Amino acid sequence: MKLKNRLIISLACFTLFFTLVIVAVNLIKSGEKIERSPVILRKTLMFNERLWSKLFPPKNLSLERPSPPKGKLPRVNGRIGLETAPDVANYKIIVESPDKKITLPLSAIYATAKIGYSTEFRCIEGWSEDMQFAGARFSDFLDFYKLGRKSDGTYYNYVGLETPDRKYYVSIDMASMLHPQTLLAYEMNHSELRALNGAPLRLAIPIKYGYKSLKRVGKIIFSDTRPPDYWVEYGYDWYAGL
Amino acid sequence: MTKIVEKHSLIKRCTHWMNVALLCLMIWSGILIYWANDIYIVIPNEFARALNINQRLAEGMAWHFFIMWGFVLNGLVYLAYLVCSGDWRFSNYNKIQKIAYTAVIIMAIWAVLSGLAIYKPVTLGWLTKILGGYEAARFQHFLMMCGFVIFIPIHVIQVLRAGWNNFRSMVAGYEIEK
Repeated sequence: MKLKNRLIISLACFTLFFTLVIVAVNLIKSGEKIERSPVILRKTLMFNERLWSKLFPPKNLSLERPSPPKGKLPRVNGRIGLETAPDVANYKIIVESPDKKITLPLSAIYATAKIGYSTEFRCIEGWSEDMQFAGARFSDFLDFYKLGRKSDGTYYNYVGLETPDRKYYVSIDMASMLHPQTLLAYEMNHSELRALNGAPLRLAIPIKYGYKSLKRVGKIIFSDTRPPDYWVEYGYDWYAGL
Repeated sequence: MTKIVEKHSLIKRCTHWMNVALLCLMIWSGILIYWANDIYIVIPNEFARALNINQRLAEGMAWHFFIMWGFVLNGLVYLAYLVCSGDWRFSNYNKIQKIAYTAVIIMAIWAVLSGLAIYKPVTLGWLTKILGGYEAARFQHFLMMCGFVIFIPIHVIQVLRAGWNNFRSMVAGYEIEK
């Protein structure tokens, strides 16, 4: 009799457990969402972000890879914000922070040393490809033009970037933007950037998934509040740190 | 004369069934991610639509990086138990079972390591390098999932063949020997 009770209780727990799992999954799926991601999943993504960025501030380099041959066409993925041809002749970069707004000509980007490397470009879809990037290191660019800092000398928390038509936009934490491999790139695979790879100027940030490497930089925003991010609005993780 | 034998401890039963739920959710969300770049085995469009696994990359990732905590924590409890209790010798299993159950534990560890290698290939670049690089690690992670998908039906069939007494031992803990 004792054994029979034990069996009944065990089977009841077993059934209850799997029922609860199914109910919980469905409640999470159908419940409230933050930027199209169920609240608990979004909060876990944010928890993972805090954990990884605290434990491992973005210092490691994305490992050097064999350089693709000059002229090898880099894979193209995503054309949002690139539907029309870029106006290279009159290209301007707007730099905006809460206290000022300046406009730089494209030539401003050549003021600092040209930095280049070849590493893996990793797309959130799952594919990766060795790519070579060259351009101005973002931190050098900030130092040269005295940008990105508040009046007290500390950096803003976030950097936002937008295409000139504002159809594609990303935002990134300042620590990752100051990473030595974060470039405002004008060269890929040893050739001038092509339109679909973001000519005349794109972001290259190999310590994040590829969707953060915005093509055709029209505007750079510094802010202490997080600027919007295109794919995050579709339920993707904001940090995207690799 | 029948004898009651205590076969599986409570902690082993709990971690086992917890793992069933967690592993299923990991495989399901993993397939949602894999769909976005199905290079090893192509998922036919009709098939993906019928199973409703298409266009759900963001959702798959959010679930994967949520359930992973449960999967790893539950696995650690189970491994700690195996080591501390001496159960890892699988004393009452036959040779084939011993091989299968040891293999599946190694696969789980490998799945976690290769998963970490593709989750953080810069932060944990050393791990990604040991496993042969980012692409290699992604393939290994996929392979481990395939291993689980093969293991599960074999395991279920074995249990069905062994019968009620065997299944009951993983639920209620005891087995009746005649």
